Amino acid sequence: MEPFEFTRAHDFDGALAQTRGVAARFIAGGTALLELMKLGVERPARLVDINALPLGRIEPQAGGLRIGALVRNSDLAHHPEVAQRYPVLAQAILAGASPQLRNMATVGGNLLQRTRCPYFRDGGAACNKRTPGAGCAALLGPHRGHAILGGSERCIATHPSDMCVALLALDATVQVLPAAGGGERAVPLGEFHLPPGQTPERETVLAAGDLVVAVTVPASPRAARSVYLKVRDRAEFEFALASAAVAVELAGGVVHSARVALGGVATRPWRAAEAEAVLQGHRPTAELFRAAAAAALHKAQPRRDNGFKVELAQRCIVRALSEACAG
Amino acid sequence: MPNPPTANAAPAPGDPETVACADERSGADGITRRGFLSTASAVTACALLATEARGGAPPSPGGLPAPPVAPAAPPSLPGPGEIAVKLRVNQVERVLSVDPRVTLLDALRENLQLTGAKKGCDYGQCGACTVLVDGRRIYSCLTLAAMNDGRAVTTIEGLGSPGALHPLQAAFIEHDALQCGYCTPGQILSAVGLLGEPGGASAADVRKGLCGNLCRCGAYPNIVAAVQQVRAAEPARK
Repeated sequence: MEPFEFTRAHDFDGALAQTRGVAARFIAGGTALLELMKLGVERPARLVDINALPLGRIEPQAGGLRIGALVRNSDLAHHPEVAQRYPVLAQAILAGASPQLRNMATVGGNLLQRTRCPYFRDGGAACNKRTPGAGCAALLGPHRGHAILGGSERCIATHPSDMCVALLALDATVQVLPAAGGGERAVPLGEFHLPPGQTPERETVLAAGDLVVAVTVPASPRAARSVYLKVRDRAEFEFALASAAVAVELAGGVVHSARVALGGVATRPWRAAEAEAVLQGHRPTAELFRAAAAAALHKAQPRRDNGFKVELAQRCIVRALSEACAG
Repeated sequence: MPNPPTANAAPAPGDPETVACADERSGADGITRRGFLSTASAVTACALLATEARGGAPPSPGGLPAPPVAPAAPPSLPGPGEIAVKLRVNQVERVLSVDPRVTLLDALRENLQLTGAKKGCDYGQCGACTVLVDGRRIYSCLTLAAMNDGRAVTTIEGLGSPGALHPLQAAFIEHDALQCGYCTPGQILSAVGLLGEPGGASAADVRKGLCGNLCRCGAYPNIVAAVQQVRAAEPARK
């Protein structure tokens, strides 16, 4: 690792002040950031340890939940409110990483984790995200795990989070404390992560020094009937090739409303709005689910090595919807 | 306390570092594996030189030479850029002065000579570095020592003692749950953590629950059996 200064924040003003004017990073669980620092991809001049900030609680709010950014992934997954009321969220978190990582990783860190693309993580490879303008080695190199949705000619790196996909299906909002001041502001999760476009180095709407303080999840008529399904090469401790988070409200024998979100196939947590539109108002049959899945992947851009993901993602959506609507 | 070094145990020039480790968990006669390996090579080298010089018999056999012991240096003023970190390791307060880049794993192994935690990958993918921090199992390679200031750390050395094994240690031996032993400290601490976490009680749940600890020797079935034996013997555990 490159040398850095290490400081600890004891309050919010201190946290924001310590990142002002310096190439600094907040550190909480550290599992994602320290890995990238060991790889030389991240080289902050200063790390600001925010573990002392009062951001570790899960509280009821407006019928839903406010989840502090420092809540550990394992604590969130096992919280009774989450397990009972938002099963897709608990399932998604427990499908990710390993128990040790889930004990260390925070909600904020999970939101902000960066891609597992091997070209991004290898300083010797061409990567527009790491070095704007350097090119994208994944376009022609092996890219089996890369994105079929939301990519550009500059970047096709997949977003690796499971938690974010579930939160997207739950209409979550990210609460941010801006470095520029003005107090906490809310960013819908669907707007928080940016597609690579021409600027793959910009991954979120955050400005330098902004601090994620919480994620809020509203009360939802869909949350009770929600499922996370993850498909991958190994049974555990492996990232998704494709995953689906679905949340469905059934009323009068039809789908009253639905959310479908995808992981493992896109450059950011992916809201499959096309699938939701197909589902709305119709009886929950296998045929309907297949039509919804086809709509979700209609605009997919498969490449040489990852074309299998189109069919895989569709089957994942169909299976998840079948499980959610059963019983 | 280990015996003071004999004249023949003096390190030859160019030998690897031979300062003994103040390892709290060294063998009954105070000898650590590191100390033995480094001192034995030093002694062998000296014995050869002495034999050549004297043209006579090698030094008397008779057990392992005691490793030379450097008195533990009190923590001095921090070096440039270093920061002070307090850790309660195996119920003993330790104060370190470290470069901020030092991971908890490296602090345990290099600063505190607690080499039970292993560096298998250094990237949070193999689990050999698993320790407990405030009772929770974590990867010590993926956290900085500085981030754990004031916390309680439990390593394999703190789990039991040769005369009074932790139930998991005894079960691992009984079920032959190791071959090379490199993953074993991490497996045992991970299992301790697992038994304190919510989760199912089946063998499949144990395999899932230990998915963060790899074993290249493939001792997994025996590891699961050992964990299940401990769980069955202590119904108070979750």
